[in-house]
Amino acid sequence: MLASRKFYIAGFIASLFLAGIVSFYASSSPDGLEKVAGDIGFIETAKDHTNADGTLADYGVKGIENERASVGVAGVIGVIGTAVVAGVAFKLIARKPKKDGN
Amino acid sequence: MHIPDGFIDVPTSAVFAGLAAAGVATALKGARTQLDEKTAPLAGLTAVFIFAVQMLNFPVAAGTSGHLLGGALAAVLVGPWAATLALTVVLLMQGFLFADGGLTAIGLNVFNMGVIGVWAGYGTFLLLRKFLPKNKSSIALAAAIGGLLSVPAAAVGFTIQYAIGATATFSTSTVLSAMVGTHVLIGIGEALITGLTVSAVLASRSDLVYGWKNNTQKLEIRNAS
Repeated sequence: MLASRKFYIAGFIASLFLAGIVSFYASSSPDGLEKVAGDIGFIETAKDHTNADGTLADYGVKGIENERASVGVAGVIGVIGTAVVAGVAFKLIARKPKKDGN
Repeated sequence: MHIPDGFIDVPTSAVFAGLAAAGVATALKGARTQLDEKTAPLAGLTAVFIFAVQMLNFPVAAGTSGHLLGGALAAVLVGPWAATLALTVVLLMQGFLFADGGLTAIGLNVFNMGVIGVWAGYGTFLLLRKFLPKNKSSIALAAAIGGLLSVPAAAVGFTIQYAIGATATFSTSTVLSAMVGTHVLIGIGEALITGLTVSAVLASRSDLVYGWKNNTQKLEIRNAS
């Protein structure tokens, strides 16, 4: 059995690797919903995203021209951001109120 | 699977935002009793891993791709309540930071992937676990099949939303058959990723896996009685 520390570090590094490096090789074909919407015709009803011009829109960093770097950095930011938000949220949720009121 | 703004009208989106919020509130309550200091970090890592793997679209058919939804995976690893919360965090990050999934559609997306996907996957897992031998391969297999079914289930969720509040006028039955057909294929990828990931975690830290612990606890109770 892996020690907790090693297990979580391995999982986090694997996630960084997938989002930061492997993501560049992901398929850029439309996903299932987009494809169905395009084939049937209701894709026309989609509106541009409110943050379509945001710094990280569509998993790319605005200003980084190199595509590999752009998606990779966006992925790394996403992994770290998710880790912070989910880490804090689940820590708070799991906290058990102490019996003595502290 | 991330619905953009515009597909579903605003009133319907608002209703589903309410339903999703109720689902998240219930999940918060449930997760409070399920999670402890030992399992909370795995819930966080599960959210991180799902975010990362959702970036990896794989090709499923000519000109179509899909990616992991992660509902079944999360439910087996950390329990269904924490799974809904993990998916919600991922969808909020994607919607607000990465412009993936419309902001008015967040409720629709949380409902489909974070509630339907989780419970369809987890329900299938529980059912199969009952009938399969009590070993780790069965847990991984049941999780994989749960993953397989969770994707078309989420696609049915979208179709229901489409039927209620689509801004377009194409027939619901056309949308239903196209959505389910495409998402069964994506479900195969979901099954592979779910099965492999659950196997890997079971091999390294089976003591943390909700769907495995829960199983052995039940056995102990039965033996004692």
